[in-house]
Amino acid sequence: MLALGGVCVFSFSEVVLQQLINGLILGSFYALVALGYSMVYGIIKLLNFAHGDIYMIGAFACLSVFGVISKEIPGLAGIGLSIAAAMVLAGIIGYLVQRVAYRPMLEAPRLSLLITAIGVSLVIYNTVMLMTNGQPLFFFSGIDNSAGFSFGNIRITYVQIFMLALSATTMLALSFFISRTMMGKAMRAIALDQDACRLMGINVNKIIGSTFIIGSMLAAIAGGMACVYYGNVQYNMGYTIGIKAFTSAVIGGIGSMPGAMLGGLLLGLLEAIGTQVMTSMGMSGSAWKDVFAFGILIVMLILRPNGLMGKTDVERM
Amino acid sequence: MQYFTKIRQLLDNKFATRAILAALCVIMALLPLFLNNYVLNVLWNAFFYMLLAMGLNIIVGYCGLCDLGYAAKFAIGAYTTGILIKTYHWNFWLTLPASLAVSIIAALLIGGPTLKLRSDYLAIVTLGFAEIVRITARNSNITGSATGISAIPRPSFFGIRLVKPNHWYYVFLVLVIIFIIISGRIRNSRVGRALAFIREDEDAAQAMGVNTTSYKLLAYTIGAAMGGITGSFYAVKMTSISPSSFDFTQSVNILLAVILGGMGKIPGVIVGAAFFAIFPELFRDIPVIGDMRMLFFGILLIAVMLNRPQGLWPDKLGSEPGGLPGDINTVGRR
Repeated sequence: MLALGGVCVFSFSEVVLQQLINGLILGSFYALVALGYSMVYGIIKLLNFAHGDIYMIGAFACLSVFGVISKEIPGLAGIGLSIAAAMVLAGIIGYLVQRVAYRPMLEAPRLSLLITAIGVSLVIYNTVMLMTNGQPLFFFSGIDNSAGFSFGNIRITYVQIFMLALSATTMLALSFFISRTMMGKAMRAIALDQDACRLMGINVNKIIGSTFIIGSMLAAIAGGMACVYYGNVQYNMGYTIGIKAFTSAVIGGIGSMPGAMLGGLLLGLLEAIGTQVMTSMGMSGSAWKDVFAFGILIVMLILRPNGLMGKTDVERM
Repeated sequence: MQYFTKIRQLLDNKFATRAILAALCVIMALLPLFLNNYVLNVLWNAFFYMLLAMGLNIIVGYCGLCDLGYAAKFAIGAYTTGILIKTYHWNFWLTLPASLAVSIIAALLIGGPTLKLRSDYLAIVTLGFAEIVRITARNSNITGSATGISAIPRPSFFGIRLVKPNHWYYVFLVLVIIFIIISGRIRNSRVGRALAFIREDEDAAQAMGVNTTSYKLLAYTIGAAMGGITGSFYAVKMTSISPSSFDFTQSVNILLAVILGGMGKIPGVIVGAAFFAIFPELFRDIPVIGDMRMLFFGILLIAVMLNRPQGLWPDKLGSEPGGLPGDINTVGRR
């Protein structure tokens, strides 16, 4: 992705535009994962530490399914089908995690719930590490990742367009779901007051379960996209993106859906441009890009702890 | 189970505790006479984890904050000492106050803005900060990049150069005793009670006039300072430090030691830390179990949280007469 620079001489505006495209792609990954974080946080106030690992499971599921079906259904259709299968698997695992580990803890202190989430993350992470012997697996989509349009020196590939379209559609569908359907309304209601919802006849446990399923499915879409885009999948891929997705959720205002989308895109753009700026200053941009992202997290919490679109009241534990 | 309860009651008895502690001190002081260097090193490693776990215990156990980047605290101490000795040729003992100061400043910078917010934000901020520290250490010249700092000279203590395993055994044993005293004094002080109150019910603590933000910051800073000092000693004991010693797994290990041992309870934390230091040694020749270690710990962590959310040997501060009202298992749940 970053190899695009340096091949030929770029003008300043072209560099900026190219990095905008790269940042948008990166941002759509973050946004999809951040949505899951934000939904779960909004509804049960849990920092779901295992969410990054669900993303990793989605990537592995997509890779395995595509490996099986790619002979019959090659190309984009096959990839779409694999991502759908990955969503189902991730949804099931997300639900199971919630059912086994989190539901009995909902009345417990928040610290215990957070520590349980760390335990879940350790279990998923190490299971996959043992299953794959810690080696990366490679994804051969059969699609030329570099094919695409060129405008002067700026390139946008078909794969990038496919991914932007997929994440935009997903996010639109989610917005519709949250704002227009009964279940979306129930989710928003539970985020406000769980006890009142129970009194009004809402099956709170069922809605919380659905939130986990939907959040995990979104992470699986991002995982499947990562398969196609990066071409390799490894057990530790969920760790960094987990922190960055959380950063995105905080930038946008944790608990807010549009905030998570905006935060993800912003972080992606900031990271791509920040890397470019650092590289042009003679530092190794790719080595420092995580420092940049985590630095934004800390600065953001100092300056605007409720995020760009979060509510202004400070909520205590 | 009945015997287990009886043993616990015996251990919670004040007089019995003191007698056992005195006996333990004597045994620990005499041990190096009988043990070979390998066992001494394993014990040293256990002491090292105990120090870290006791530091983190102030943050997690006493105050109920979640710190996922404790490795960064001891990395800061280790690198401060390493750089001051190697680049500026300081005496080791003079680097200790410097390392303390740097640790405290870093803790204030990170904790100051975040502890005012929801406490669980601290978890992710400490994690991010730990990554920043590790990546900075890996990519800066002064920290020796990925290879780290090596050949740090060993210090001397009243003319004795600390080179042998039993020297370090005693140095760390003394540190462990000092940390136990510090932890115990904090726990039984006004500060300790305020921290326990915050852990059990933050809103109630605030309503009763406890300045929750400054107490949380105090706990976080004390914990970070203890980590920094441990890091300084670690640097001169190991003579070389590298970024890979301070990764996320390290932070998780320390956290697990505190939580599984029993949050807030000093003997619990010590047993937990010893378990984490000695466990890999027991299974080092069986590769499959060695690899499955973290998986096993993850399952254990979930199981303990589901069944005994306060850890295997929890602190009873809160149910003592004259302590906080109510039982630890009922207060603070919502």
